[in-house]
Amino acid sequence: MSVAKRDIVALEGVTKRFPGVVANDSVDLEIRPGEVHVLLGENGAGKSTLIGMLSGLQQPDEGRILVDGEPTAITSPRHALALGIGTVFQHMMLVPTLTVAENLLLGGPWWQRPKTEELEARVAEITRTLGITVKLHAKVSELSLGEQQQVEILRAMVRNSRLLILDESTSMLTPKGIDELGALMRRLVEQGLAIVFITHKLKEAAAFGDRISVLKLGRKVGEIPPERFRALGEQAIISEIVELMFGKQKDDPEAAERPVRTIRAEAAPLLEVRDLAVAPTDDAPGLSSISFDICPGELLGIAGIDGNGQKHLAEALAGQRATVGGSVRLQGTPIEALSVGERRQKGLRYLTDDRLGEGTVGTFPVSINFFLKQVGAAPFWRKGVEQRAEIDKRAAQLVREYDVRTPSLKTPVARLSGGNIQKVLLARELAEGAKVVIFNKPTYGLDLSNTLASRQRIRDTAARGLAVLLISTDLEELLSMCDRIAVISNGSLVGTVENADDARTKVGRLMIGLAA
Amino acid sequence: MTGLFSEVFLSALLFGAVTAAIPLLLAGLGEQMSEKAGVLNIGIEGMMLAGAYLGFVGAFYSGSLWLGFLTGAGGGVAVALVMALLCVRIGLNQIVIGIALTLGLEGLTALLHHFQFSRSYPRLRAVDVTVIPLLSDIPVIGPALFRQHLIVYLAVALVFAMGYIYRRTQLGLNLQAAGDKPAALDVAGIDVVRTRTVAVLTTGALAGLGGAYLANVGAGLFIPFITNGAGFLGIVLAMLARGRPVWVLFGALLFGVCLSLTTAMQVAGINIPTDVIQMLPFLAVMVMLVLFGRRASLPAALGIPYERGAR
Ligand SMILES: Nc1ncnc2c1ncn2[C@@H]1O[C@H](COP(=O)(O)OP(=O)(O)OP(=O)(O)O)[C@@H](O)[C@H]1O
Ligand SMILES: [Mg+2]
Repeated sequence: MSVAKRDIVALEGVTKRFPGVVANDSVDLEIRPGEVHVLLGENGAGKSTLIGMLSGLQQPDEGRILVDGEPTAITSPRHALALGIGTVFQHMMLVPTLTVAENLLLGGPWWQRPKTEELEARVAEITRTLGITVKLHAKVSELSLGEQQQVEILRAMVRNSRLLILDESTSMLTPKGIDELGALMRRLVEQGLAIVFITHKLKEAAAFGDRISVLKLGRKVGEIPPERFRALGEQAIISEIVELMFGKQKDDPEAAERPVRTIRAEAAPLLEVRDLAVAPTDDAPGLSSISFDICPGELLGIAGIDGNGQKHLAEALAGQRATVGGSVRLQGTPIEALSVGERRQKGLRYLTDDRLGEGTVGTFPVSINFFLKQVGAAPFWRKGVEQRAEIDKRAAQLVREYDVRTPSLKTPVARLSGGNIQKVLLARELAEGAKVVIFNKPTYGLDLSNTLASRQRIRDTAARGLAVLLISTDLEELLSMCDRIAVISNGSLVGTVENADDARTKVGRLMIGLAA
Repeated sequence: MTGLFSEVFLSALLFGAVTAAIPLLLAGLGEQMSEKAGVLNIGIEGMMLAGAYLGFVGAFYSGSLWLGFLTGAGGGVAVALVMALLCVRIGLNQIVIGIALTLGLEGLTALLHHFQFSRSYPRLRAVDVTVIPLLSDIPVIGPALFRQHLIVYLAVALVFAMGYIYRRTQLGLNLQAAGDKPAALDVAGIDVVRTRTVAVLTTGALAGLGGAYLANVGAGLFIPFITNGAGFLGIVLAMLARGRPVWVLFGALLFGVCLSLTTAMQVAGINIPTDVIQMLPFLAVMVMLVLFGRRASLPAALGIPYERGAR
């Protein structure tokens, strides 16, 4: 298009402070129709805070926001919606006890009856063009996080926004889902919408963006405008971004060489799972006859499209979900009858993908969250009394070791940025006594350097002789780390492949239902 | 049959049960709405007392029971307004404020009553009942259930109206979202503070009405501390009812029967100490809590003030 495009929304010198941090420091940003504006930056860089101000959740301390060229104070989420700004937030914004349809209907005039038929027609129209299926009448709590993310994207679409903001909306999608979202964004901007797209995956940024802005410690440190963007190839864009973000040059930072580990073949498996089964629920397939072994030092990956039973598998192993059959042995001793706490005691650790829900207690300080699973145990508690000094000492150590960016140890954990919450969880689960560790999507929402660091930690975990089960929807991640990869589909393992050169195609075939 | 189980006696027992159940029903329905929206309304006992006192004063001076109900509801709303301001808007601790309101109103209503009536306890005249033809001729239950004041039928109708609101209207969705995930409601464009305020004020109106019924219809007079824990029973009912208004009705009737039995046994002169008899309703609470308390599912954000953008 050659018509001069005016900004739909522009930020001018916007600053936002929170106690202890400057989340945004005099940021300028132009958001234009017909453009996908990618916002990049490490964990805690202030991306979500910026979005919060555009969606009316927060007001800037300094600077101003222009909407259609007019200085506008976006006073409430309702105001933002009325201005045509639709947001998919980083953290789930669905009511778990309502159905998908009811969630989509939320926000209508209170005196009316929910217009279900109208919604169904509208959703049918949108899902047809998107090629997704949405269970309108399922309770949100019964959906996987990936499905919930689809619902949130759908909701933003239903509302006919002019500016669509996606804050890490690809973190829970499958590679196919991500590509579809990319194609959809392209179609939408061609229709004249503006999109702000936040991601940690540089490939997505290069593939889907028109313009890129990079934030660092609250400040905008660089921008690649569309003209330059088009002139550069994917590799050139990625290396330019990496330079902006980290100040150092690397070709493809994610393509880490997989170290060849030697697993002693004669070693007895640390974790043996036989015929594990979980009853299906209304909206999940359950699990049927899951069997696998993991030897000390081995990394077994579970690949599969989200919602195929990954969460059930992790929870069943951790003891959080009732099984209807099968056995689980840890170092030869059956643990299937043990409670969550007893399994943990025996060295089984589970890193949930639900950071804020079951992973942490948001209002508790960072320090206590490190030891949540040891509440009452020495040396952090003695005779039921919290040992402040001991806790703080150890917590300070973990904060340093895992590079948790927090204003202080006393900060409630929910105030940290998403990536930093994940580091707290990692630190907690990998601490003393672990033998078998289950990771469920351990790097989602982490920025590049944290992703790489976390992956290295997981590799180190295995190298220490622990057995690791790595559940992920990111195939690249599995290929770069695992010794073997099993594929889960509809609640059962449909095949296991050695991670050799042809693993990618084999796993891919299994995932779409073909034999490897 | 004669004595304890005569037809007349049973009918009176049931009549008493309904009379005792209505205030509990209104309080329970009101509390249920607050809790659905995420506000734990401990101040409901105080709202009932305000309703009982103002309801009685209104009816006493005007001679109209309906005006009494109106002033009673208004009294409840006035207390609820304080609650909404402090707990919903400013975000103070709901339990602390709730207890303070209840204690404050116990004192205040007793004091005002003393100023006004000194030590006399004037009575209202007996209430007019609405007799439902045919149904009221059924033995035992006819006179007990179908010769009641009009407001009783309205209260029962309210149960179904509430059920409809919760399950079939946009308002019902808003209330549930405000209690389970207020942030999601907020970003959908609905003001959480306003939604919760509406819920708390409605609670006030219902609790006030319940208090007025208790004084004007149940007792025919006002005495200090007349509610005697009815508001707290309402909280128990709301918690056990798991968001369903019909269960509040069943629970209220059950407690009503216990309360009525207490009176009946005292009247019948059964040889048990009255203190023991008076424990009956509270024993029933304990039994209910033990039996069903585990299944009570409360909204995730119950008792947590909502502040936009805080995390
Ligand atoms: N409501 C709040 N109260 C206090 N501090 C906050 C609040 N919101 C954000 N912060 C702080 O502001 C900084 C920026 O956080 P923000 O969530 O914007 O980061 P982000 O770039 O979205 O990171 P991530 O990629 O991890 O999601 C962080 O240090 C965070 O701890
Ligand atoms: Mg963020």
